[in-house]
Amino acid sequence: MRDKRMKMSLAKNPMNIIITGVGGQGNVMASRVLAGMLVNAGYFVTIGETFGMSQRGGSVMSHLRVSSKSALSPQIPQGRADIIIALEPVEALRVLVKYGNPDVAVLSNSRVVYPIGVITGDFTYPSLDEIESALEKLTAHHWLIDATAAAVELGNPVLGNIVMIGALVNTAMLPIDCRAFEREITKDISADKHKLNLAAFDAGAKMI
Amino acid sequence: MSKLLSPAKTEVLFMGNEAIARGALEAGLSVAAGYPGTPSSEVIENLATVTKERKLYVEWSTNEKVALEVAAAASFAGLRSVCVMKQNGVNVASDFLLHLAASGTRGGIVLVTCEDPGALSSVNEGESRYFARMLEIPLLEPADFQEAKDLTKWAFELSEKIRNIVILRSVTRMSHASGNVICGKLPDKSGIARFIYDGLITDPLRGPVISTPVVIKHTLQQEKVKKAVELFEDSPFNKYFGPRHPELLIITSSVCFLYSQEAISMLGLQKRVGILKFGCTWPLPTKLLKKYLRLTDKIMIVEEVLPFLEENIKVAVVGMLKEIGIKTFYGKMDGTLPSVGELNADLVVHALGKIMKVKYKSLPGSYTREIKKIAPLIPERELTFCPGCPHRASFWSINNALQLDGRGGFVCGDIGCYAMAALSPAIGFNTVRTLHSMGSGTGLASGFVKLNAFGLEKPVLAVCGDSTFYHAVIPALINAQHNRADITFIVLDNAGTAMTGFQPHPGLAVSAMGESVPAVDIPKICSAIGAKVAISDPFDLEGTSRTLTSLIAESGSLKVLILRQICALSPEKKGKKKFLMQVNEELCLGENCGCNRLCTRIFRCPALTWDQIKKKAAVDEVICAGCGVCYSICPQKAIMRTEAAE
Repeated sequence: MRDKRMKMSLAKNPMNIIITGVGGQGNVMASRVLAGMLVNAGYFVTIGETFGMSQRGGSVMSHLRVSSKSALSPQIPQGRADIIIALEPVEALRVLVKYGNPDVAVLSNSRVVYPIGVITGDFTYPSLDEIESALEKLTAHHWLIDATAAAVELGNPVLGNIVMIGALVNTAMLPIDCRAFEREITKDISADKHKLNLAAFDAGAKMI
Repeated sequence: MSKLLSPAKTEVLFMGNEAIARGALEAGLSVAAGYPGTPSSEVIENLATVTKERKLYVEWSTNEKVALEVAAAASFAGLRSVCVMKQNGVNVASDFLLHLAASGTRGGIVLVTCEDPGALSSVNEGESRYFARMLEIPLLEPADFQEAKDLTKWAFELSEKIRNIVILRSVTRMSHASGNVICGKLPDKSGIARFIYDGLITDPLRGPVISTPVVIKHTLQQEKVKKAVELFEDSPFNKYFGPRHPELLIITSSVCFLYSQEAISMLGLQKRVGILKFGCTWPLPTKLLKKYLRLTDKIMIVEEVLPFLEENIKVAVVGMLKEIGIKTFYGKMDGTLPSVGELNADLVVHALGKIMKVKYKSLPGSYTREIKKIAPLIPERELTFCPGCPHRASFWSINNALQLDGRGGFVCGDIGCYAMAALSPAIGFNTVRTLHSMGSGTGLASGFVKLNAFGLEKPVLAVCGDSTFYHAVIPALINAQHNRADITFIVLDNAGTAMTGFQPHPGLAVSAMGESVPAVDIPKICSAIGAKVAISDPFDLEGTSRTLTSLIAESGSLKVLILRQICALSPEKKGKKKFLMQVNEELCLGENCGCNRLCTRIFRCPALTWDQIKKKAAVDEVICAGCGVCYSICPQKAIMRTEAAE
C-alpha cells in the first residue's frame, strides 16, 4: 500500500481504462475528472491522450492507467484494456477490437453519432442489435445506456460524459464513489455548473 | 489557486506540458515566449495563467524565430527565460538559434521543443534532435512526468553553468499525457534585468553579445559542450535499471523508456534485460556509456523516428572498441524497429521478443476469431470540419467560384484546421492541391502563376488562416505583389489560433497575458502591400461566391479576399445556436431531387444526416451548431432555419 488514502483496492493492478468517443463529446474532460478522482484516492494515474487535429470530428481516445506502484507507458498495449467507456457505440467496438480481451468490461452510450462516410452512404453503420451482439461476444460485462438522452433531459447533450462517469462509478469496478466525484467536480468547474454536473452524475448512476 | 502553483511536496496530476511549465517556475523563470503548435501549446498557456503570481512576462510571438529572440533578450539581461515550440518551429527558429548558440547566453535559457512522432497532429514527423548536434547545443529528454518537471528545472541550471542555450525535447506522448508529479519549491523571485555590453567583443559575459570573431566564439562554444558532457557523466537523469549481468542492454530516452519498461515486464524479462536510460542525449556521456556497454554484447536502441541515438552510440563505440570489444546492435539501422511513425509498448515487445526468443502470450484464438468477424462492421470515421465551421462554407464558395470560372484553377493549402481540406480532399470539395509548411501556400501559388509562360495557364488561389498570415505569409505576399504574381489570396480569418486552442495572435486586441494590445489589421497590411482587398462573410455563400468569382477573373495583380467568421468552437460561439435547423420532409425530394444529395453527400456536415427509413435529409439537433449555412445549399429550399431564442 502506497498511501493510507487508498481505502479500497484495485481489482487489477494496473487497471487499464480507455475512454473513447467522437471529437466534441467531452472525452478529455471525462478522462480528467476520472483521473482526478483516482489520484485523490491515492493512486498513480497515467493518462495518454491525443488531441489537436484528431478531435475534429474523428474518433478520440484517452488511456487511463491506474496503478499503486508507478507511472506507466501512456499507451495501453493491444488486448490489455480492463474497462472501456464509450461515449458512442461504434467507438466502443473500434476500441474493443484493438484493446479487448475476454475479461474486458464495456460501458457504452447507445446514442449514435454517424460518421461522414455513413451519411454519404459509402459505409454502413451497424444496427444496435449487431452492436449488442458484438459486445456480448467480446466482453465479460457490458452496459449500453442512453446517456445522451439523459443529458438532453438535463438541458445539454454535452453532459453525456458526466452521465457516463456516474454510471461507471455505480458499476463498482473502480475504487471511487459519488463523494469522490463531488470533491473533484468542485475543483475544476464553476459553481453554477456544480448542480448540473451532480444531476448528470446521479442520472448516470441510476442507469446501472 | 492554479494547480501550477501547488505548494512544495504536494503530489498533483500534471500533463507533461504542465510539468515542464512547473519546472520552469521552480527554476525562477522570468520570461516565456512561443508560438502555438500541437503538442507544445500548453506550456505557454499555463505560464500565462500565473504571470501576476510569479512576476512573469509571457507572450505569444508571431513566429518561433521571433519568440526565441524575445526569450534570448531576457537571457542577455541575466534573467531566466524559456522559448516553446513544436518540432517544425525549430526549423523556423534555426537561423537565429545557430547564431545564438555561437554568441552564448547569460541567464539560463531553454528551448523547449515538443515533437510529434507519428504526426498525430502535424503534417510532418520532423526531428529537432539533429539540430542539437548540428548547432552544438546540449540536448535533454525527459522520460516520465516527474522528470519533465525536474529536468526542465535542471536545464536552466545547466544553461547558466555553460552560459549557453539548452534544448529540452518532449514528444506528444509526454506533452499530452499526464501523470503524478511531486512539486518542488517555488523560489522567491528578485530578477532584475541588467544588460552589460561595455566589455570587449571577446568577453562573453561583459561584451556585446555577438557570434564573432567566429573562430574564437566557436572555440568557446565547443568548450561549453565539453563542460556539459562532464556534467552529463554524473547526472542522475542518466540511469541504469535492471540486473547486474543482463543478456541484453536496451539504451533509450524519452517516453520510449516507458515503452521499454513495459515491454520487459510484458515478456517477463526483468532478470535478463537491463535499460540504460539517457536524460542527457547530446552529446552522449561516453564514460557512462562505456561502463554499461561492458555489461553485455547485445545492445538494442529504442528511440522514435530517426536513429539519432543509435548513430551517436555507434560513433562513440568506434572510439572504445579496444576496451569493450565487438557488440551486436539492434535498432533502426538493421530494421529491428521502424524508422517512421511513433513507437509503443507493442512494437517494442515484438522486437524484443524476437531478439530474446520469447513469445508474448496473446489472446485466445477463439477471441481473435470473433474480433476478425466484428471488425468489418465498424465504419471508418474520417476527420471533418466541425458542425458550424466557417471553413466548410469558405471552401464551398471557393469550389463554386472555381467551377464558374471554368479554367481548372486550384488552391495551394496551408497549416491550420483548414489543412484538412488537403488531407481529406472531399472535405475541401477537391480544390486544395498542395500542403506544406506555414506560409508555403502563398509562395507556391506565386510560383505557379509564373508558369503561365510555360503553358500552365490556370488561376491559382492560396488560403491561409489569420495566425498563419502573421507567422509566415507576409513575406510571400510582398513577393507576389513585387513580382506581379496575380494570385487570389484568401485569408480564412476565424479570429484566433483555432486548431491549437484559441491562443491570441497579432490580429486580436488581447495578449497572452490578457492585456489589451493594438490589433494588427490584415486588410490594411494587404492594402499597404498594394493588393486589391475584399472582405466577405463566408456564411453568406452567394455574396462570397460572387466576390470571389470576380476576383479570380481579374488578372495582372495580387488580389486578396478576407473571409471573416469566428470559429464554431471559440468560447464566444460554442454551444450557442444562431439558428434552429429543420428539414421540411415535404419539400425534400430525397434521392429523386436530382441534386445528388448535395446536403448529405457533398456538403459533409456531421449534423446533416440521412434518414435511412424516410430516405430524406435530417438534422441531428444534438450535433448541429446552428450556423444556418445548409439553408443556402438546398436547391429545394427544404432545409429551413429559424432564429434561435437568445
